[in-house]
Amino acid sequence: MKIPRNQIGKYATAYVYVAPFFLLFLVFGLFPILYSLFLSFTYWKGFGKPVFVAFDNYKALFQDQTFYKALYNTAFIWIVAHLIILPGGFIIAYLLNTEYVTRKNFFQAVFFTPLVTSTIAVSLVFSILFGEQFGVLNFFLERIGLQPVPWFHGDGRWIKPVIILLFSWRWIGWNMVIYFAGMQGIDNELYECAAVEGANKLQILGRITVPLMKPVILYTLVLSFIGGIQIFDEPFILTGGGAGYMGGTNQAGLTLAVQLYEIGFRTGNMGTASALAYTLMAIIGALSAFSIRMFAGQRRTRT
Amino acid sequence: MTGHRRHWAGSMVTRTTILIALGVLAVLTFFPFYIMVIEATHTSKEILTTPPPLGPGVHAMDNYSSVIKVIPFWRNFANSVIISGSITVLTLFFCSLGGYAFAVYQFPLKRFLFATLLGTMMLPWLVNLIPWFIIVTRLHWLNSFLSLIIPSAVNAFGVFWMRQYVTSHVPLELLDAARIDGCPEGLIFFRIVVPIIGPALAALAIMNFLPNWNSFFYPLLVLVKKQVMTLPLVLNLLRGDPYRGMDYGVLMTATTMALAPVMIVFWLAARRFISGMTAGAIKG
Repeated sequence: MKIPRNQIGKYATAYVYVAPFFLLFLVFGLFPILYSLFLSFTYWKGFGKPVFVAFDNYKALFQDQTFYKALYNTAFIWIVAHLIILPGGFIIAYLLNTEYVTRKNFFQAVFFTPLVTSTIAVSLVFSILFGEQFGVLNFFLERIGLQPVPWFHGDGRWIKPVIILLFSWRWIGWNMVIYFAGMQGIDNELYECAAVEGANKLQILGRITVPLMKPVILYTLVLSFIGGIQIFDEPFILTGGGAGYMGGTNQAGLTLAVQLYEIGFRTGNMGTASALAYTLMAIIGALSAFSIRMFAGQRRTRT
Repeated sequence: MTGHRRHWAGSMVTRTTILIALGVLAVLTFFPFYIMVIEATHTSKEILTTPPPLGPGVHAMDNYSSVIKVIPFWRNFANSVIISGSITVLTLFFCSLGGYAFAVYQFPLKRFLFATLLGTMMLPWLVNLIPWFIIVTRLHWLNSFLSLIIPSAVNAFGVFWMRQYVTSHVPLELLDAARIDGCPEGLIFFRIVVPIIGPALAALAIMNFLPNWNSFFYPLLVLVKKQVMTLPLVLNLLRGDPYRGMDYGVLMTATTMALAPVMIVFWLAARRFISGMTAGAIKG
């Protein structure tokens, strides 16, 4: 087949235009991913030649109690935070969407503000708010007659709640905006029909709004899953900003990403860190596939 | 008549309850920022007392001079602008070119390449963290902005985003008309397409600028000299400073200075920011 000359020109233009992405992906995406896999089977301190050790890194990781602690902490923070931000975001969006609220844009901007700020900056603010002796929160607690809380010390049991609070404070606006947009997309006629049929507000919410919003809710879940499991900034700053032992008291704030940083960049054990990264990727892959299945299933039943 | 009035009274109660609930939540949302600004106007000594100060003090200027004595704040500020600005400009350029090519041209391997592009969006960033670090070390990019700018110069989501926009907003007939008029293939994008895709570029700019402005983990690994640090890094450095780290007034002054510009710009164009940042999530 003879390809016309101007066709070749078009091919060339197209390839030149898409080339930057694929070149950068080869160098900073594909190669690192494969190299990571290779490193995860080696012992390597960042210099010299990597020594092949087969599955030793994975074995070491799976026998390390710290890994399970980090896994548990990450899952705990993620789950509890989402039990707050998904329903919370939904409720705020629902309230905003009622005819009673006129300044919808203003309130959206208010709840969205924490999202544009740097996690480091707001983590610093929170670490001072939750100061143990002179923090504002403990001051209020004492005012209403409660005991001051040792947020970051004691047995470390309050570290995760502080991280969760910070995370929820920051992200609730995100879910709210997405749910609000979804609710605006629901046809008003549906509500009117239901009202004519005599349904009350709660019935309309349960029978119309929530079912129609299900795909959106699942979508936000998948989206925030990949980001949430890699949570680093908040625990890193709240547990000392790289000073001291990783994860704070009793390692209660140790997440998988913080552990990766600790193993890879403070201990310098690139092999084990790569094994951890791959384990994480496997977990993310499995859970994303699972939720996309659910997501796809939803789509199918809807049409 | 009375039924009507009762209904009206009921809706007043509902309305007030909803507004109070939203008001309380709004106050809680802004409370940390309020305390941040308040503490920025106090000395450490004032902050570390009971009760802690809840109203403005008079030491903002002292705190400011302490900040710029300990860290090169404005230098760090400029670094943040340079890094996030460069990434944003490059991203807009390369993503719109790539998206345009996927939307308009037919070429061998197109389906495969596009599927690859979409697949890469699912990869967690932690996986290439270590090799990325090794590569930038080998390239002698430690303490160089290139280590952050080059790998982020184009991203899969941006290409996908621009492709969607070009597909739905740029009529192919317009491009054919330009070709017939003798516009060279390589200039069609710049002359015809760029003027049409402005809104998508604006959204993409916001989507890319903010995360890079606030980015912490990657810069933490490569920018270790004070002079080349970005704002989040230098805030962390200030906190770790043995003399000034415990000075909450100074720390909160630096934090306020780092947050204020972004918050002001956000509030000037909140609608645009919100739709820009969530555009990918809502339409994607």
